Amino acid sequence: MMAADSALLLGLVEEFVLGQQDRKAVDTATELKAGQFTILQLVEALGLHLTSSQPQTRGRGVQLLSNVLQECYGDLTEREVKVLIVFYENRLKDHYVITPHVIQGLKALTKCSVLPPGSAVSILKSLFQDIHVQSLMLAERSCVYNILIQLMESRESELKGLGADFVFGFVQSVDGERDPRNLLLAFHIARKIVHEGYDLGKFTEELFEVTSCYFPIDFSPPANDPHGITQEELVLALRVVLTGTPRFAEFLLPLIIEKLDSDVQSAKLDSLQTLTACASVYEHKDLAQFLPGLWASLRREVFQTASERVESAGLAAVGTLTACLSRSVLNSDSEDSLNVFLELVLKDCQHHLCEPDLKLVWPSAKLLQATSTASYRASHRVAAAVLPSLIEQYNSRTQCAQRRTLLEVLQGFVHPVTSSEEDESVLLDFRQSLCSIVFSALSESNADLQITSMRLLTALGQQTGLLLESDVELAVDHLTRLILEEGDPKVSLAVVECAGALARLHPAAFISKMVPRLKEEIFSEPMAQGDSATPSREHSQQAVRQRCVAALAAVSSRPSLVQESTPVLLQVLTSAHTGTGAFSLEEVISVCHSLQKIAEQAQDTEETGGVFHDVIPRLLGLALQAALQGSSGHCSPILEETVLSAMVPIISTTCARLQSRLAGQTASLAVSLFLDGDVSFLPENAFPTQIQLLKVRFQCWSQSQMVCLLMGCVCWLPRTVEVPQMDRLLLELEELSCTCDHPLSYTSAAKCYAGLVNKSPAGEVLDSLIDRTLKRISTELDSASSPVRTQAFTLLLWVSKALLLRYHPLSTALTDKLFSLLSDPELGWLAADGFSLLMSDSPDVLNRGSHADVRIMYRQRFFTENSAKLVEGFNAAVQEKKSGYLKALSHIVNNLPRQVQLTELPALLPLLLEALSCPDQGVQVSTLSCLQPVLLDPPSALITQLEVLVGRTLALTTSPTMKVRIASLRCIHALSRFPEHEIMPFRARVLRALAAPLDDHKRVVRSEAAVARNEWFLLGSPGGR
Amino acid sequence: MSGGARLENANPLIFQRTGERLQTANDEDEDVADPIDDREIFDLIRSINDPEHPLSLEELNVVEQVRVRVDDQENAVGVEFTPAIPHCSMATLIGLSIKVKLLRSLPERFKIDVHITPGTHASEDAVNKQLADKERVAAALENSQLLEVVNQCLISNARTG
Repeated sequence: MMAADSALLLGLVEEFVLGQQDRKAVDTATELKAGQFTILQLVEALGLHLTSSQPQTRGRGVQLLSNVLQECYGDLTEREVKVLIVFYENRLKDHYVITPHVIQGLKALTKCSVLPPGSAVSILKSLFQDIHVQSLMLAERSCVYNILIQLMESRESELKGLGADFVFGFVQSVDGERDPRNLLLAFHIARKIVHEGYDLGKFTEELFEVTSCYFPIDFSPPANDPHGITQEELVLALRVVLTGTPRFAEFLLPLIIEKLDSDVQSAKLDSLQTLTACASVYEHKDLAQFLPGLWASLRREVFQTASERVESAGLAAVGTLTACLSRSVLNSDSEDSLNVFLELVLKDCQHHLCEPDLKLVWPSAKLLQATSTASYRASHRVAAAVLPSLIEQYNSRTQCAQRRTLLEVLQGFVHPVTSSEEDESVLLDFRQSLCSIVFSALSESNADLQITSMRLLTALGQQTGLLLESDVELAVDHLTRLILEEGDPKVSLAVVECAGALARLHPAAFISKMVPRLKEEIFSEPMAQGDSATPSREHSQQAVRQRCVAALAAVSSRPSLVQESTPVLLQVLTSAHTGTGAFSLEEVISVCHSLQKIAEQAQDTEETGGVFHDVIPRLLGLALQAALQGSSGHCSPILEETVLSAMVPIISTTCARLQSRLAGQTASLAVSLFLDGDVSFLPENAFPTQIQLLKVRFQCWSQSQMVCLLMGCVCWLPRTVEVPQMDRLLLELEELSCTCDHPLSYTSAAKCYAGLVNKSPAGEVLDSLIDRTLKRISTELDSASSPVRTQAFTLLLWVSKALLLRYHPLSTALTDKLFSLLSDPELGWLAADGFSLLMSDSPDVLNRGSHADVRIMYRQRFFTENSAKLVEGFNAAVQEKKSGYLKALSHIVNNLPRQVQLTELPALLPLLLEALSCPDQGVQVSTLSCLQPVLLDPPSALITQLEVLVGRTLALTTSPTMKVRIASLRCIHALSRFPEHEIMPFRARVLRALAAPLDDHKRVVRSEAAVARNEWFLLGSPGGR
Repeated sequence: MSGGARLENANPLIFQRTGERLQTANDEDEDVADPIDDREIFDLIRSINDPEHPLSLEELNVVEQVRVRVDDQENAVGVEFTPAIPHCSMATLIGLSIKVKLLRSLPERFKIDVHITPGTHASEDAVNKQLADKERVAAALENSQLLEVVNQCLISNARTG
């Protein structure tokens, strides 16, 4: 070493050790890394200090060396490491003030990749021998655990060579640890010991004791905890250790039985979950001797608990236990512990099934069902014991409530058991009795019995072999009868569900029996002709037809059924159009809904696509016939806006799912119909040749409104499908939307235009198109006398949305225009409401279902870019215009994701509170509904404004508008969950104020008030919150 | 509930719960006044928790809609409740819970009468007398231990814990 370097080194050492300058450690490390001196030279330079008679000085010396090692352990040679380890091991025997630094140094050394063989063992031996870990400070204890973890990772085989001594050393080190951070480390080490095959030797019980003493974990982190350790984390870390090896079974299971008796619910839950976890790794012999004790505790928990979480954890444990016992391979001399366990369960539960009125029938049934779902063997045993008596009871009891309970219990036992394919259903022996119970219950007049039996029927139908063909046919007859005869909405719903499920599996019976019968009913003549038809009878016949129509949709999931049901529904539309059948408007609409439902649920196959593809020309043809017929003679219901709007989703759902060949075909047919009047593809072609659907002519809305069907078609096609004649189509749509005076026509044209623009490829063509449209819109909007300002605004709104969704750079120009309209005397309110449309999902166009280009974060982005403009506009506006801005703001904020709402709230709060006192009721409702979810998890900004918030919200509980009253009461309710000390001062005032809405003239308001007021009463009251 | 505790009546009869009241078009019409009716009162009390079981008073058939009478014009509400067993020691507590729930939920104009269904409890008269005595009810609610139990019966969703 050069003299100069030597002086430098000595200087650094002096300054650190005697000068107490901590940063010199960093300098020393830097110089060492730069090669100015070696680590051994540093040790030499430290020499005098390391042998000083003062422990503090020796400590300081070791500290410098350890600090440097932490920086440079990667550069050391094996020889250097060897020397340093010997040095450090020796220093462990030194004065206690030095120990922390020694441990730091050792920790750095264990990270060396060149750690010589044997040194891991020697380091650990020294540590275990010379150090009493629990007398160290928190940081040093953590250091020791980290040394263990480090060595277990890098020197696993050497450590295993230590045998059980390693485990013993660990047990001694960790015994008494109390800090949660260190416990996580300790549990981590214990987990590795248990899971990675370390020899526990005779210390199994010690290792279990030293970890299980924390079970069940009861830890509540201090407020403002910077370490972020949760109870959950500790619980899971400990559970992995305790359940890691069957060798713990003899200790763990008694402990679980003991802790299940605890009064603390979290302890119960933890015990049950730990039991579930260990039963999935144990074998039957580990469990056998504890089964009676475990069962007694589990039964008690499920029978008596007040908590659904405890109950379901208990049932899960019973299931896993049964599964574990079922896995066992039996020796000739051992008894079958599965049978032992099932006998226990049956003995305690079976007799409760004979008391269907009493409370314990349910927990008993659940326990038995939990065991029988666990394995094939268990399900066999339980079914054989339980089903005969349930079936016998059902047949002998007469009270509906009892029979219904029995049916529900039976249904719980009909579940698919996870087992190999060749095992036949355990229920096969009971097939006939179960079927006859179902059919007898279906013939009862009691609605509850009917509903429950249909659930049981559905469950039976899901299992192979339980319903014979003749049973299915009988079931279909029953279901058909219920559709025709039962008016109870709950029964109808159950019929539709059951029929839907069975039709998927057994379509043939539905095709041959149900569809023809329903068709016949739908087209049957009114029961009484002429004047004698009372309104109520007519009403009931309509209700029957509605149920038939809904059922047709429900069963149409298979192509073969779709092929049968769709023509029936289309025939209804045709005859409603021609006026041959007496179908009301509502019926026509519900037929449309049914067709839409079929389109939605039809399995996406070429076959169904083909079947349903024909529906589009049929619908277009009908609509066109109606439109051409105009208002002359019989007025076709197909002309009605409500019917047309119900037809749109049938077309759009179908188009969105078409395979590309059919999709392309459909697109070109639709476009040629609307642009060129090409009617050649329509069925029953008897149309004139001169049709121009998109042209605006006086009083010809019946044709122009058909543009909504065009929208349903071309805007929903997959993006890969090219729409022909795009430029011309867009031109005509723009023209229609800007000139027509029929709202449905111009709005649909604007939507259709927007839907197409959203999917158009980016580039100059699109940009110039938008420029052109924006100019036209601006011209109309800027001329106060223009008769089509509303039309121009509508187009602006939809095109803005189309561009905003896809992050198009020109969208800002359009939305700025919308902002400027907020102060428009004529369109201001419309513009404010437009922001709701801009920010929410539209069902009929520009959504993900229609394959539109929608960026996920568009709302946040729009908000971030524009909230300042809105606030400025609000501040600058004259008083009577301010509410428009508030309305726009509340619409925008209302549609933001909650997380964004919470972060933005502090900035917006003054404005939102302002909005609460805005006289417009729409603004009030919108603001309240935006505040309410935020109140459930209040940010601190709100707490500082409580006075104003409570005051203004209470004032709205007596608003003349019902919606405002309801929304404000919900907010008051949410406020009751705020931290108690913050809201207690308001308690008396709120209780007084809520007395008034308790006497509201609307029931809905009263019930909201009662709920809120009761919550506020519980606040700060004993036993309350 | 503590694991060791034993119940007075561990396996009681249970009854079906009524569904939510169906909303009608009138309910949403601002201009139609909805009178306070029996069902509305029943809806207020049917979800009260039994002090012993994790069940509602409705499930134990302690309260029934047919035993609720309201006269909106005359400002009167009457509720009869039926203890599950004739010697039920919880009868007063249950009556008190019903009374408190109604006091908190109904407009002040109502006179609220809560009593035991005639002939269903051993000390019917004594309990009825206590429940009818305004001052004794008020005094009971001053007792924080009693108030605690009443409040627990009135907490909603006590079952999800």
